[in-house]
Amino acid sequence: MLMISPRMATGAQEKQYPPSLLNFFVYNPKFGPKEGEEEKKILFYHPNEVEKNEKIRNVGLCEAIIQFTRTFCPTKPAKSLHTQKNRQFFCEPEENFWMVMVVRNPMIEKNNKDGKPVVEYQEEEILDSVYSSVLQQCYNMYKLFNGTFARTMEAGGVDLLKQRLEKFFYRYLQTLHLQSCDLLDIFSGISFFPLDKMTYLKIQSFVNRMEESLNLVKYTAFLYNDQLIWSGLEQDDMRILYKYLTTSLFPRHSEPELAGRDSPMRLEMAGNLLHYGRFLTGPSNLKDPEAKFRFPKIFVNTENTDEELHLIVYKAMSAAVCFMINTSVELTREFCEQLDSLVGPQLTLLASDICEQYSINRRISGPEKEPQFKFIYFNHMNLAEKSTIHMRKTASVSLTSIHPELMKILGDINSDFSRVDDDEEIIVKAMTDYWIVGKKSDQRELYVILNQKNANLIEVNEEVKKLCATQFNNIFFLD
Amino acid sequence: MSEEHYLELCGNPVQFENASSVNNVFFDEANKQVFAVRSGGATGVVVKGPDDKSTVAFRMDDKGEVKCIKFSFGNKILAVQRTSKSVEFINFIPDLLHLEYSQECKTKNASILGFCWTNWNEIVFITDQGIEFYQVLPDKRSLKLQKSQSINVNWYMYCPVTSVILLSTTVLGNVLQPFFFRSGTMSKISKFEIELPGVSKPAKLSLSERDIAMVTIYGQLYVRYLKHHSRTLNNPGAEVILYHLPRDGTCKKMHVLKLNTTGKFALNVVDNLVVVHHQSSQTSMIFDIKLRDTEGTLNIHQPVLPARSIHPYKIPLTGPAAVTTATPVPCELYSSTWSVFQPDIIISASEGYLWYLQVKLQPVVNLMKDKGKLMDFLLQRRDCKMVIVSVCFQLLNGSDKGNLSVIATVFDKLNQVYKEYLEAEQSYPVAVETGQSRGNPAQKRPVRTQAVIDQSDMYTHVLSVFTEKKDVSHKFIIAVLMEYIRSLNQFQITVQHYLYELVLKTLVHHNLFYMLHQFLQYHVLSDSKPLACLLLSLESTYPPAHQLSLDMLKRLSTANDEIVEVLLSKQQVLGARRFIRGVGGHDNISARKFLDAAKQTREEMLFYTIFRFFEQRNQRLRGSPHFTPGEHCEEHVAYFKQVFGEQALMKPTAS
Repeated sequence: MLMISPRMATGAQEKQYPPSLLNFFVYNPKFGPKEGEEEKKILFYHPNEVEKNEKIRNVGLCEAIIQFTRTFCPTKPAKSLHTQKNRQFFCEPEENFWMVMVVRNPMIEKNNKDGKPVVEYQEEEILDSVYSSVLQQCYNMYKLFNGTFARTMEAGGVDLLKQRLEKFFYRYLQTLHLQSCDLLDIFSGISFFPLDKMTYLKIQSFVNRMEESLNLVKYTAFLYNDQLIWSGLEQDDMRILYKYLTTSLFPRHSEPELAGRDSPMRLEMAGNLLHYGRFLTGPSNLKDPEAKFRFPKIFVNTENTDEELHLIVYKAMSAAVCFMINTSVELTREFCEQLDSLVGPQLTLLASDICEQYSINRRISGPEKEPQFKFIYFNHMNLAEKSTIHMRKTASVSLTSIHPELMKILGDINSDFSRVDDDEEIIVKAMTDYWIVGKKSDQRELYVILNQKNANLIEVNEEVKKLCATQFNNIFFLD
Repeated sequence: MSEEHYLELCGNPVQFENASSVNNVFFDEANKQVFAVRSGGATGVVVKGPDDKSTVAFRMDDKGEVKCIKFSFGNKILAVQRTSKSVEFINFIPDLLHLEYSQECKTKNASILGFCWTNWNEIVFITDQGIEFYQVLPDKRSLKLQKSQSINVNWYMYCPVTSVILLSTTVLGNVLQPFFFRSGTMSKISKFEIELPGVSKPAKLSLSERDIAMVTIYGQLYVRYLKHHSRTLNNPGAEVILYHLPRDGTCKKMHVLKLNTTGKFALNVVDNLVVVHHQSSQTSMIFDIKLRDTEGTLNIHQPVLPARSIHPYKIPLTGPAAVTTATPVPCELYSSTWSVFQPDIIISASEGYLWYLQVKLQPVVNLMKDKGKLMDFLLQRRDCKMVIVSVCFQLLNGSDKGNLSVIATVFDKLNQVYKEYLEAEQSYPVAVETGQSRGNPAQKRPVRTQAVIDQSDMYTHVLSVFTEKKDVSHKFIIAVLMEYIRSLNQFQITVQHYLYELVLKTLVHHNLFYMLHQFLQYHVLSDSKPLACLLLSLESTYPPAHQLSLDMLKRLSTANDEIVEVLLSKQQVLGARRFIRGVGGHDNISARKFLDAAKQTREEMLFYTIFRFFEQRNQRLRGSPHFTPGEHCEEHVAYFKQVFGEQALMKPTAS
């Protein structure tokens, strides 16, 4: 399928406003079914300053829309509501618990003939699929640290639930950067660290030995350079934990190795000559007599066994290990010291091994194998994601190296793909000189952005074939 | 109490008439024969060999007391020494005269200390003034002097395995002169000196032949010296010193074995272990020079295990004795009447028994707690395979279960030996082809010792049994399997697919699909058709297995037909066609298979497309769009006509 994008580059003297969060609320219609008790339905509302009646009105509206759309399809009520100024997203992560996110559409402020500013809403510029995924992620992240709503209700009723929602979302919503959400939020994938078999087996061996020696450990995950190598957790739990680690925890702890030579952090390291290991969660300094041995709690396998675990994240150089331990066990100073003395030296060694092996492999494969293309790859089966478009993620924003317009096209192609099961290929001619190719083969998706002067369709097709031959020669990818 | 006696006497000793006033007993180390000489031979000589069949009995005239009696190799010629001046010979070759002939030593006034056969017809006389090397000419009933060497000799020692004679020279006796014999030649090896603990004054013979022996350990010849320490010096005890005696080059002090006690000792070598018997404590200890504690040129060794006595032994009753006494008689171990010979022989002349000493490995397993060291020890033993296998099995099971790092160490040790064998095996044909082996006896076909425990052994005896165990956690099972695979990879040994299948089955059995997925993602389980097929079969329980399987088939690059089959079975007819065209195999595919699949989709346009594709192929390949009868597509042609009409068939175009 070939489409010519009708979009034009925007003018220079206009002022643009990116999409932003207007409201975010959680409610349960069963909690206040009677008239006059509507407020009871509301479990969380952002922003909190909004007047009570407005809160009730907005919740009521959502309830009405969902109820209304149910008459058309009882199992699939509305997922989003498009209006001129904003877009609302609905999600029912647990029975009768609704989460709603209201996003203000991006705007362009133009001067009209009289020189007066006029706001023009770009209601078609944001994608349902992207923001529905963001909403789902909000729930998943909440659930990771708080467990399901139902479980909290059992434990402490509505009050506890309200308390937890407040505590969690108050901070979390500030980290939502809606303007930079894109295709990767839909995938919510995991970047895997490329590694040779032998080094991988060494890591396996390390993980197994650590689990045996620290026999409390239930699950372990191993990451290098913010990329996953091993997960003992199930895929869905790992997916959200990975998101937390790479977008929140890791960026908050800058590498001491990267810190300046004379920085205080560096000096502290020099005191511990044996290894570079340190805790990213829990005690920052084991020798501190005041140190607290409290770790974040996470909830996994909520579908069946519903486990509550301590999350210990321990890092040496670029290698990070997550040890997950049942919360029925109390973690003591002794345990942390044992972990530090056992894991620290071995992880330090392993990290330098991985680093060495990685640079050897890179040297062998040579720079010509480095992609000159901009592409995004995603495999639904193992959630593997690879992007040469996105820069390293930071705590605040994910930076892309391409125009948002192009990202939007990628999202559009993705929406087309999700409508059918068959393998597909879509080639789009975008703004000047840009070609975008989307390919879907079985459970894999590949998006390539080419910028070649005067290229024609055949040439573009050839280029993509070449890319597949070099980058994806070891997987079954239909041409 | 667990069995701790790690040494035992063999169950089937050589029995002979015990020594008495009328019966003299001699032992020849070269042929391992016991001679029972009754009344100087007049009433019979009985020669018992190492096995029952080699018994020889004969008579000879009593010409005085026999000092020494030995057959040449193959029992061809018998040599008897009765005086210090001469040796008598008797031919045992059929058709040759049986009469005795005699040879006096050539050196005047010398007395013969003894003689040794170095071949079936070559003999060396050792006198107090030198050695004389003769060739025996049995048909002429005479001897011919080949070579001789004058040297003052205190005593001598002979190692039949390497044909080396060692002479004790000088007043103290501690300068040893070795000679090496091979097919008619005698060569002198450079002499060396044994360090004595203290020099006595006045100078007298201080090195006794009892304290010296020549032994072969791990294929190398050593001169073994038992160094006694005088108790007054507050020394920890006696030690055994091993001097390495290479065929060329000089003799070097190499190993020191610390006995940590004093007293009377006797030594054997069994299965390359030095066994030291201590009479007063009635125990024995063993040393393994390959288990090194320290690095360096001189290795100091401690006993491998705490000293234990030889396993209690009961004399088996045979013959008429069995009738008279009902119970076997316990044998007195470490008896003062015992004589110990190299390498592994213990003789009780008074009771008339010759035993071979043996090492039992199972008690060693019980005594040695360090599994890494135990493996090092076992891997050097001759009959080690089943013991190693059982140690591995114990390591993974039950109360004695080891932790993963110990298991890893053991696997690494096993695979080290395995790899060395594989490499030798690989380089052997190369060496033969390039002719390197000619004239180079070192390049022999590598022998597979019992210590080579390959993947199939591990699989059959250890891993497959272990993974079936119900009481072991699956986490541990998988960790062990991965550890074994890691170890194989570390030694660059190609892992056999059945190990991967074992991993896969274990993971599937415990529903650990995500783990499996990750292993496959990092190619830890190497690609193979059997594995890919196994994955395909998992698709119904774990849908991603389909993708994993296709990827694997793709990487194999020899499985294009299988890929087409898989795609067709999924009714991905166009996908299959695109794939086969991409790899350039579309001229050889079966039209019928594709048409069958297309028809099954019930999509008429798809059928049309595929049908047309094959018509075009036929046109291109054979100049006509029609299918040949061999393609069995009549049914599909009929269906095509029925749906699209006869006129829709492609018309042959003249080319």
